[in-house]
Amino acid sequence: MCLAIPMEVKSIEDNVAQVEVGGVKNQVRLDIIDEPAQVGDFVIVHAGFALRRIDRDEGLETLKLFQEGLGLELVK
Amino acid sequence: MNLLNKFKDPKLCLNILEQVKHEIQGQFRFMEVCGTHTVAIFQSGIRTLLPENIVHLSGPGCPVCVTHDREIAAYLELAEKNVIIATFGDLIKVPGPGGRNLKMAQAEGARIQVVYSAFDALQLAMQNPQDKVVFLGVGFETTAPTVAATVKMAKEKDLDNFSVLSFHKLVPPALKALASDKDIQVDGLLLPGHVSTVIGLDPYLFLTDEYNMPAVIGGFEPLDILQAILIMIRQKSQGHASVINNYKRVVNDAGNLRALQVMREVFETSDAMWRGLGVIPESGLALRKDFENFNAFIVHEQDLPDVKNVPGCKCGDVLKGLISPDKCPLFGIRCTPASPVGPCMVSTEGSCAAYHKYSI
Repeated sequence: MCLAIPMEVKSIEDNVAQVEVGGVKNQVRLDIIDEPAQVGDFVIVHAGFALRRIDRDEGLETLKLFQEGLGLELVK
Repeated sequence: MNLLNKFKDPKLCLNILEQVKHEIQGQFRFMEVCGTHTVAIFQSGIRTLLPENIVHLSGPGCPVCVTHDREIAAYLELAEKNVIIATFGDLIKVPGPGGRNLKMAQAEGARIQVVYSAFDALQLAMQNPQDKVVFLGVGFETTAPTVAATVKMAKEKDLDNFSVLSFHKLVPPALKALASDKDIQVDGLLLPGHVSTVIGLDPYLFLTDEYNMPAVIGGFEPLDILQAILIMIRQKSQGHASVINNYKRVVNDAGNLRALQVMREVFETSDAMWRGLGVIPESGLALRKDFENFNAFIVHEQDLPDVKNVPGCKCGDVLKGLISPDKCPLFGIRCTPASPVGPCMVSTEGSCAAYHKYSI
């Protein structure tokens, strides 16, 4: 449960971003992110909240780590 | 080759491994304190590739695994009251006293709802104004700010049917307990990548200042983990210790100041009970007085029942690295992932579950 998952930001409205990873779409809250995220960025998501913005290359790299390195289910 | 594959490149990994073997002098016990590291180390096979003079231990890095029997008993008791329990899925199968868990309580009529986030629990409360919704707060510094932000929202909305039973725990005080425990003898710590995203570097400095213990914030790729081990070995051979951020692609040295601020606004530190480690001062998070209307301990007059430990379960010794999972008399016999006795076997991030999956 301590996983932090990088997801791509597709759109933002108020304090909620629509995000997607591996074809799975979700909503995450932006209340505790430390720098504003833009569409196209990746965010590290933990338990429904964005923890950190990371740029696209970093996001892809980290995502690969989860998908292949650990073989874990990305989104419930 | 792109950057992504480099982190798994067998040749690069073997080079680091060769350097580890070349430079190591003496016997070392290293510990990781993150459940995701535990799984990554097993899955990548690193444990079996390391030279024999490195013992790699899995510490108390899985939030479910460190949840104390008395805490489990408390939320089982709460489930019997006339409330809706909202919880992360990990918790519902963790057995408490007598082997009872939330799933069984649910089968007997208790209202248990698995949620993906604390905010989902808040929404559940808003959708069911006639019911009381209690969110079971477990997890470390990664989870606690998300719960804190949710409690703030509940206050702003003036909700009177949402509360949190907070069993959140803080990683640095647990590391201090490990570092100061003479029985455990850890020579270096692989620090958790994502907890560090929130807290940054500073809370770990005591490890090097007070205990001269190497500590490396590491990512989860084989190369990340091997690099962290090499850094720790170099520090040991050079006789100095420092905290190194070897996961800069995700972790900022300063941490996430906004998350920390929200967490501190809602929670204050309190003593907390850890399975296997006992009571660790100032290692828990309790809701501040300003938020007591959202504190399930107060709202639902819930206390921590006194319970006996599960007989035979050695989760505590496993979490401290005193024994490997297979040395527990229940391991693989009475305790399996399909029928777990203790939380270390319940959670996929638990040492016993990982050991069972990859070693049998």
